[in-house]
Amino acid sequence: MATRQTQLLARSLLTPAVGLLFIWMIVPLALTIYFSTLHYSLLDPGSESFVGLENFRYFLTDPAFLASLQNTLVLVGSVLALTILLGIPLALLMDQPVIGRNFVRLMVIAPFFVMPTVSALVWKNLLMHPVSGLFAWLASLFGLTPIDWFNDVPLFAVILIVTWQWLPFATLILLTALQSLDEEQKEAAEMDGASAVSTFIYITLPHLARPITVVILIETIFLLTVFAEIFVTTGGGPGLQTTNIAFLIYAQALIQFDVGSASAGGLVAVVIANIVAFFLVRIVGRNLEA
Amino acid sequence: MGQITLQGVQKSFGPVHIIKGADLDIADGSFVVFVGPSGCGKTTLLRLIAGLEDVSGGKILIDGKNVVDTPPAKRGLSMVFQSYALYPHMSVRGNIGFGLKMAGLPKGEINRKVEAAAATLNLTPYLDRKPRELSGGQRQRVAIGRAIVREPKAFLFDEPLSNLDAALRVQMRIEVTRLQKQLGTTAIYVTHDQVEAMTMADKIVVLNGGKIEQYGSPLELYERPANLFVAGFIGSPKMNFVTGELALQRGAATIGVRPEHLKIERDGAGGWQGTISVAEHLGSDTFLYVDAGPLGMLTARYIGELSLHAGDRVSLVPDPQRIHRFDDGGNALRG
Repeated sequence: MATRQTQLLARSLLTPAVGLLFIWMIVPLALTIYFSTLHYSLLDPGSESFVGLENFRYFLTDPAFLASLQNTLVLVGSVLALTILLGIPLALLMDQPVIGRNFVRLMVIAPFFVMPTVSALVWKNLLMHPVSGLFAWLASLFGLTPIDWFNDVPLFAVILIVTWQWLPFATLILLTALQSLDEEQKEAAEMDGASAVSTFIYITLPHLARPITVVILIETIFLLTVFAEIFVTTGGGPGLQTTNIAFLIYAQALIQFDVGSASAGGLVAVVIANIVAFFLVRIVGRNLEA
Repeated sequence: MGQITLQGVQKSFGPVHIIKGADLDIADGSFVVFVGPSGCGKTTLLRLIAGLEDVSGGKILIDGKNVVDTPPAKRGLSMVFQSYALYPHMSVRGNIGFGLKMAGLPKGEINRKVEAAAATLNLTPYLDRKPRELSGGQRQRVAIGRAIVREPKAFLFDEPLSNLDAALRVQMRIEVTRLQKQLGTTAIYVTHDQVEAMTMADKIVVLNGGKIEQYGSPLELYERPANLFVAGFIGSPKMNFVTGELALQRGAATIGVRPEHLKIERDGAGGWQGTISVAEHLGSDTFLYVDAGPLGMLTARYIGELSLHAGDRVSLVPDPQRIHRFDDGGNALRG
């Protein structure tokens, strides 16, 4: 890109793509901002009128907002912690030379390819169902009372399902990182008299700092907007126990038909995502620097 | 003390025999170089001594004690790896001190030893830097520092200079040799570069195809190679080999003459006649690649400058005292 000519060429070639992406992003955003200032109810079409920031006041003072914000953070935090804490030992196991390793890897990756709706249905009806589920059957084998997952521990049940879906992702990223760990470094540690545990703490774990950061950042983006699993299993309930921000916005728009305050909620969610991203990058982002 | 003895050491990976029975006596304090072409098993042999691979048969004695079932850290050896294998997230101090920390030494003692090692290697200003902030030569010295700080019975070097540029390699070669003499610790050094082997070693082990071809001092190998392989491998440029009638006249299947033992005569009628196909003028030396017809290509070396050029006819007269004779099995004939 040295000469002025090539710079001009590069820019003009990039323009259509950048422009398209810009329009793609700015139109929905502008419309959302516009709707968020309107009284706009689907039950009362034609009555749209400008109400200023009234929708934001309504959304932010709704008791459901704080509850769903808390649920969102608990959900994101728990799934992150579980996928990393389980992903590291799984990746270490899969890094060992065993017979049928490729097949095991394929099997471990499989949950990632199952649609969220489908996996939520499987968990709800085949595994966690208090009467006909596998877990209930296992509990009764031991003479225990089956747990009614979606009534007794609804948020935990959702966390389990989402963890199951994201564990393969974390495991895969960590596994590829393990495979890139220089074999001679491990041998040097062995010569230095490090035990398996010391090697893990002093050599392997620092090497995994960067992939763990990647897992945290990428998973957070997707976990802030978990929807299908909640919609299929609990419908946000009982009460508000499994309602997260994404589900709350859905409820505003398509259960209460209030497009105005749902748009306001959408914008609030954008701000929350940015706050989370800001803190994440401050806390773990330095691991990404070379 | 660091006397290492190998007795019938064997190693196979599945059906492939990498080391086919190696016997070797390495005296305390000596500098031994394993040299050979790639795939000859020299690195494998070093890793067997280190304990990073298990032997398939035979014994390895360190100071008279068989260590084949001893884990690497307990053998009292330390190793410098080809890639240096520095721990990237630790400072130079952390890297050098890691082995001591694992051995459970108190902090003060670790610091004292690390600083002493760093001073020996001129690394003191860099103690708090990370490996990625160091140059190739400095990283190399950190790797050596990590090896010397543990005061091992022997150092194992696995092609440690192969990642350095030519000038730095010569400098590090001298530094490593001097350090080893100063510490008086046994060293085993693996390389494929016969110049490194000749310059650094007290004794050289020439390996080929998993077998020890010859074990001796550099000049012994140069003057009395045991077989065709050693004769061709040691010395640069390579020894010339001639077969057929000329060899039979001397009662051998093959005769060999080093390029520096061929006298170059401009218009001579005796010796081996040929036409120069390439002449290399280095100022200090002149190398001639001579097409000698039925004898094949011969290389001749002249110390100093010689104004001969491609296309000139020369005759090469071998020094009769310096002709090596080999039988049809490739083994040297003496007397």
